[in-house]
Amino acid sequence: MTDTLTATELHERPSRSLGELAWMRFKQNKAAIGGCIMLALVVIFSFFGPLVIRHGYDQVFPSYVTVGPSLSPRPDPETLQGVAETAAKRARVELKSFTVENGTYTAVIGASTPIDPRAVRYFDRANEFDGTEVKETAPDQMSMTLTGHVAQEYFFFGTDNNGRDLLVRVMLGGQISIAVGVAASLVSLGIGVLYGATSGYLGGRVDNVMMRFVEILYSLPFIFLVVVLVVFFGRSITLIFIVIGAVQWLEMARIVRGQTLSLKRREFVAAAEALGLTDWQIIRRHIIPNTIGPVVVFVTSVVPQVMLLESFLSFLGLGVQAPLASWGTLIAEGAKNMQSAYWQLIFPSIFFVLTLFALNFIGDGLRDALDPKDR
Amino acid sequence: MTFMSRNMRAAMLLGSLLIGASPALAEAVFHRGNSGEPKTLDSAHVDVDIEAFVLKDLYEGLTIYSADGKIVPGAAESWTVSDDGLVYTFKIRENAKWSDGSPVTADDFVYSAQRVENPETAAEYANILYPIKNAEAVNQKKVPVTDLGVKAIDAKTVEYTLERPTPYFPQLMAHMTALPVNKANVEKFGKDYVKPGNMVSNGAFKLEAHVPNDSLTVVKNENYWDAANVKLDKVIFSPSEDDAANIRRFEAKELDTVYHFSSSELKRLREAYKDQVHVSPAMATYYYTFDARQEPYSDVRVRQALSMAVDREFLANEIYNGAQLPAYNLVPEGMEGYGKGPVPDWASMSQIDREDKAVALMKEAGYGEGGKPLNIEIRYNTSTDHERVATAVADMWKNTFGAKVSLLNADVSAHYAYLTEGGKFNVARAGWSADYGDPENFLALVVSTNKSFNYGHYTNPEYDELMKQSYAENDQTKRMELLRKAEELLNRDQPVAALMNSANLWLVSSRIKGWQDNAVNEHLSKYLSIAE
Amino acid sequence: MIQFVLRRLLSAIPTIFIVVTISFFMMRFAPGGPFNLERPLAPQTMANVMKTYGLDQPLWKQYFTYLSNAAQGNLGPSFVYKDNSVAELISNALPYSIELGVWALVLAVVGGVILGTLAALKQNSWLDYLLMATATIGVTVPNFVMGPVLTLIFAIVLGWLPAGSWGDGSFRFLVLPVIALGLPQLAVFARLTRGSMIEAMNTDHLRTARAYGLPPRVVIGTHAMRGAMLPVLTYLGPCAAALLTGSAVVETIFAIPGVGRYFVLGSLNRDYTLVMGTVILIAVFVILFNLIVDILYGLIDPRVRND
Repeated sequence: MTDTLTATELHERPSRSLGELAWMRFKQNKAAIGGCIMLALVVIFSFFGPLVIRHGYDQVFPSYVTVGPSLSPRPDPETLQGVAETAAKRARVELKSFTVENGTYTAVIGASTPIDPRAVRYFDRANEFDGTEVKETAPDQMSMTLTGHVAQEYFFFGTDNNGRDLLVRVMLGGQISIAVGVAASLVSLGIGVLYGATSGYLGGRVDNVMMRFVEILYSLPFIFLVVVLVVFFGRSITLIFIVIGAVQWLEMARIVRGQTLSLKRREFVAAAEALGLTDWQIIRRHIIPNTIGPVVVFVTSVVPQVMLLESFLSFLGLGVQAPLASWGTLIAEGAKNMQSAYWQLIFPSIFFVLTLFALNFIGDGLRDALDPKDR
Repeated sequence: MTFMSRNMRAAMLLGSLLIGASPALAEAVFHRGNSGEPKTLDSAHVDVDIEAFVLKDLYEGLTIYSADGKIVPGAAESWTVSDDGLVYTFKIRENAKWSDGSPVTADDFVYSAQRVENPETAAEYANILYPIKNAEAVNQKKVPVTDLGVKAIDAKTVEYTLERPTPYFPQLMAHMTALPVNKANVEKFGKDYVKPGNMVSNGAFKLEAHVPNDSLTVVKNENYWDAANVKLDKVIFSPSEDDAANIRRFEAKELDTVYHFSSSELKRLREAYKDQVHVSPAMATYYYTFDARQEPYSDVRVRQALSMAVDREFLANEIYNGAQLPAYNLVPEGMEGYGKGPVPDWASMSQIDREDKAVALMKEAGYGEGGKPLNIEIRYNTSTDHERVATAVADMWKNTFGAKVSLLNADVSAHYAYLTEGGKFNVARAGWSADYGDPENFLALVVSTNKSFNYGHYTNPEYDELMKQSYAENDQTKRMELLRKAEELLNRDQPVAALMNSANLWLVSSRIKGWQDNAVNEHLSKYLSIAE
Repeated sequence: MIQFVLRRLLSAIPTIFIVVTISFFMMRFAPGGPFNLERPLAPQTMANVMKTYGLDQPLWKQYFTYLSNAAQGNLGPSFVYKDNSVAELISNALPYSIELGVWALVLAVVGGVILGTLAALKQNSWLDYLLMATATIGVTVPNFVMGPVLTLIFAIVLGWLPAGSWGDGSFRFLVLPVIALGLPQLAVFARLTRGSMIEAMNTDHLRTARAYGLPPRVVIGTHAMRGAMLPVLTYLGPCAAALLTGSAVVETIFAIPGVGRYFVLGSLNRDYTLVMGTVILIAVFVILFNLIVDILYGLIDPRVRND
């Protein structure tokens, strides 16, 4: 380092090579790259999956309430006889015979009075049948032959207790959880880093006041904050982002402040001061980049925390409004039913855990790659 | 069993042999799960069933419910009614005693009733005893407390004068608000009389220990008049508002009974625990109320159409796994003298025909497909089951009318505060369970003068008039006829859409003997025993 | 040092005052009240009840009444649990929460630091991955899943441990709740320790120390550990707060009569005084913890001065 280097060059150059070096190191980290791929897959699944699966996230299949996961289509052919009997009973006719061939069924119904052709609707009403029509009617109209298709539906993840396709619900949950996680973490990252670094660097009375403010916010009853906000501004996902982000930045600020406190006694900060940089420049160029290690590690744990917090809110009835769902609400719901419908817990949990795993590996990879002391 | 506890047991056994106590080895302890911590043990301030379970073991009213849910003499051995139905005279048992050995007297009952109605007590359920003469006036501070229509004829005779004939009065006397308190005890300790060590009670059990949110222990009251027939030595109430946790504790054999759990667990529990799962129909109705103040719900056709389109069979059988029964009218079955209430004519139609009719009605009103758009918001208080019902109903309205249906939930406090304070809504969930077995208890909910419970502000002078007549009517048969006519009006107007009659869900361990399901959901521990 | 502590304690008073003020008014703006029940009260009854509890007074008057009472240590009667004062409820419940919280904290810190250090020393080995994967699971699985799953396995299927309640307070009743409460925090500590440990070992003075040939045990045990403890310490404050809220879930799932359960029940029931009481308690805890953290900071890292 020579006298001829200007202050700007001194600070621009390491940050440029920092980025390149970091990317090189990151690419070499298999776990981190694996995490990226995993995360990308989960995002694609959540956001593009609904384009492939035709079921709506709030679509109720009355015939398939709480059915388990299966790779083969519903209905199970053996149950069709019973379904037809129920349909016939509802139409107030008698089921004389019932056969299924190649996805088409034929039913003969009879009654002691002339049958209303509208009886077909009772068959179509069942999720198992569609396109039912009258094939022939006996001259006395006391019996009728109906044919129609057996409607096949796939529920790879089973259904929930309302008869909604869990696969689609998990996709929806992913969209909301990822959105909440990312948005709230960004909010907390932005406020927290800036606030913590400023507080720690300026120190003294300013630090005292700023940290007292954090303590005050810490001690506030978070549930009430949310209730009040939800009442005044209505229940919206954006609000949940902001509320959670606003809570999480407190921890971030404290961690950054702690790091800053020890950083600012270091030689390079003193050197920068001697070079006549303003406080703001020092915070931006020296303090914040040097806190990146712990901050990145912390962010990778903030995202799951945000997702968990969101589910805690949903647990109290303050989270996303039904029929929307997040992974948190699905897991909470599944945990209640875990003994009677294990799949309601397992599937959302798998995606939740996979995502957080991926985030963690990425976070570790970033940390190793960005470590400023190694440059 | 650890070495330590085995030794303890041996020592206890030895001890009991030495003093010649009963040969029973272990004391009979009943671990009774309760679905929440009682807010108070003061009978003037209780308001929910979980408090009643505790209080009715501690205190005994003039009348009580038998194991099968019938009114039988409690602290009173008998009672008489005057011919005009206005004066009830109760004869208190000679051997009725408080847990400190003092006799239960008529004065205690007079004192207790006055205490509940005294506005300074601010009893939450004071209105349940309004049939007593001057009770309402006393509670509103219009006349002095001493004017309340309760007096002691002699030490063991108490007389209640009523405002109007109230055939269900003996049931009211079994209500938790009508339980006696010991005058000397309350005056001595004030508010703290409910604490263990202070409390003096007249029921089959007395309070031994209370750790809020953990356990409430009551032990057999040796001074109880029927103590010889009380088989349990101790009942430990374990409160938890988490149903799933209660079920787990039942499965780990830590609780003998669990009250109230989500119906989604029903299927599994029935398979695993068979007849330990008790589902008994309750005198309670689950309903949706329409805001009759605003379009389109002010249109009777819209209300009818929406009500018709709800497939109650699906709600009861699929959503509630059969733990509730489909209902088409507000008053549940089992009211004395009323039988099964009238139902709307469309109740007997098949669901598809009903939907056709509903679509036609909706069209006539000018809404739905081809008409004005139908945007409906369903409000409900936060609960898994309510959410599932709302989801299912939303789907039905969507499919039938092409309506856009959204859901909005709030916690119990916010939901009911909004409704009682006159907030506008479209459709809101509510429920009512009987305080006493009379249709009036339900039908009074939608009288136009009932500002707090008539959430939808349904106003029909004809209906109000019928209800008014019923209050003045002395003849029980004629009164029921009036109430029936009133309910027919409700069936026509559908200010509320009754959806289901609820059931009480209990898990009762096979260890417990003497349990009988009943519609009033009264299960005094004194009827129960532990199987060897 | 004593002066510093005293000053911090004094400055806690306005903090608590602001917390009380904000939460008092926030709570009153929330919809519903302590007497809006599933079965609504009759209007007359409601009027009587509101009068008894002074809720018919103007809000500012209620606020000053509350403030002056609270200043004298009177937290008022609970609006929902009517037999008890707030002070009674909290003082009865606090020991349970503290015992639970302390064990969970010990589990989290000790376990977390040990596992984190191990992982850092064997960075990028299979042990590192295994430990971090386990820690991740600990972080990712919510309390309300962990609790029931543990109960299902150890209480219902195996029958080794109780499924809930405080029981006689013996250790078997504590095992499952402590694990459910402490595990997520343990995982956070492990990750933090690993991260800062690796960083600390790469600092110049440690490299120098190693270059001078100091034995690894000394290098890690004194120098690296010391640097690595900073983020861990910083997290102690939030961790204590997390344990407090976490205990609301765990206490509910395991039917433990602690403060966390009162906070949730109080909030949902709009038990104004009970919530105010728990809020003040949480505020005091947070302030105390932060003070302790700051003191420890000064002790461990001499570069940070407390004044």
